[in-house]
Amino acid sequence: MEEEIFVSGRMNQLIDPQLNIWHWQIPLYLFLGGMAAGILCIAALYYIRGREEDYKTAVRITPFLAPFLLIVGLITLFIDLRHKMFFWQLYLNIRLQSPMSWGAWTLMVITPVSFIWAALHIKDIFPKWDWKFKWIYDLETFFNKYKKVLAWIMLIYGIILGIYTGILLSAFNARPLWNTSILGPLFLSSGLSAGAAATLILSKNKEERKQFARIDLVLIGIELFFIIHMFMGFLASTQVQIEAAKLFLGGPYTMSFWIFVVILGMLIPALLEFMELGKFHIPAIVPAVLVIFGSLMLRFIIVYAGQVSRWLY
Amino acid sequence: MRYAMAVDTKKCVGCSDCVVACQTENNVPHGFCREWVVEVMNGTYPQLEIEIRSERCNHCINAPCVRCCPTGASHFADGGIVLVDHNKCIGCGACIASCPYDARYPHPSGYVDKCTFCIHRIKAGLKPACAAVCPTKCIYFGDLDDPNSDVSVVLKKRKSKTLIPEAGTKPQLYFLI
Repeated sequence: MEEEIFVSGRMNQLIDPQLNIWHWQIPLYLFLGGMAAGILCIAALYYIRGREEDYKTAVRITPFLAPFLLIVGLITLFIDLRHKMFFWQLYLNIRLQSPMSWGAWTLMVITPVSFIWAALHIKDIFPKWDWKFKWIYDLETFFNKYKKVLAWIMLIYGIILGIYTGILLSAFNARPLWNTSILGPLFLSSGLSAGAAATLILSKNKEERKQFARIDLVLIGIELFFIIHMFMGFLASTQVQIEAAKLFLGGPYTMSFWIFVVILGMLIPALLEFMELGKFHIPAIVPAVLVIFGSLMLRFIIVYAGQVSRWLY
Repeated sequence: MRYAMAVDTKKCVGCSDCVVACQTENNVPHGFCREWVVEVMNGTYPQLEIEIRSERCNHCINAPCVRCCPTGASHFADGGIVLVDHNKCIGCGACIASCPYDARYPHPSGYVDKCTFCIHRIKAGLKPACAAVCPTKCIYFGDLDDPNSDVSVVLKKRKSKTLIPEAGTKPQLYFLI
């Protein structure tokens, strides 16, 4: 029998008895950033492949959400900072070893790009829109000329943004649950699937909806594969990671993870989309909202459970 | 130069004098501590074994907190001491999450705070407050590159261990066993 106590009564707020340093702001941001990344990647990919006319909603309409998602995400990140007035230090330093530094600079690129992309398509939402100033029209012509370059930037930075939301957590070897490189691709595919779900809600074109139901179905399959792989990796790893996996396999997060993330967020929408692709008629909003909800819950549960997992000490 | 500290678990009685000295010396805000004492009880009564450790930041050679800091506020100072530059810290909490020893805490003023090995005292030629005040003299401090320093001598003489070496942090806080 071994018993360990802090004799001097260490009770540092937010650290003891277990780490509780990140609250709702971080998972909410990870979700918003991931979804924006998904939306922008899909739009850029279809534009580059010249399928703009086939998938109008995905290329022109859904990207309108991205700037709002990113701005709300940036605000939540700012709320999370404890030494707020020094936030500009992020943009005086480039730290290649710090995922958070990568993220800060990626946001610096992709947020303006998402605004430009939305502005280029503003006439699709407000047909009578007038920019009023000539120089804005000149800018519009300029960006229209280099739209393909813009799309490539959007695709590459979208992928970095989507992956970094996972790598941010997996870089912490002190929290065994986060310390798996699967989190990067898992969060990217979850963000892409939330992005596809957004188009599924907004699209009025039947063909487009079918295509995005198919995309979502594939992405859910990939996510399930990553999740199974994640647990296989944990269970075959060291004791600390076995303990981390147990949080989801009988531990306190079992119910919330399997019910909200896997069943409600992946299996049920996959089944509904499968039925939709067949003969049944299912309102597209139902699986899409479930997918987005599952994507949000995934971030919340991973961020909170990760802070509980620790080295045996 | 490589500063390190060794704590003799056989001599430490767990009086927490070091904890209080640290709080006074460094103006640690009420309700927080930069260092603490852990007591590990092993075995079943009456065959009991006890180990008492005075713990703090390990000033790791491969410090995850320095690696993950997005602004470079967490950095290595002279002798490998891990410090936080208060005017660069944005309080994002990444370093707190990255520390396997949970040695950092968010200071109420916003920045992240931790043990500094009392760098201001070292520069003045003094020992860190915890080492200076210890009534059983169980805390050894010094430069590992100097074979005659207190810590080098005692580490050569005695068996020692570090905490969670498997985390790959190369901690520089040794416990004599």
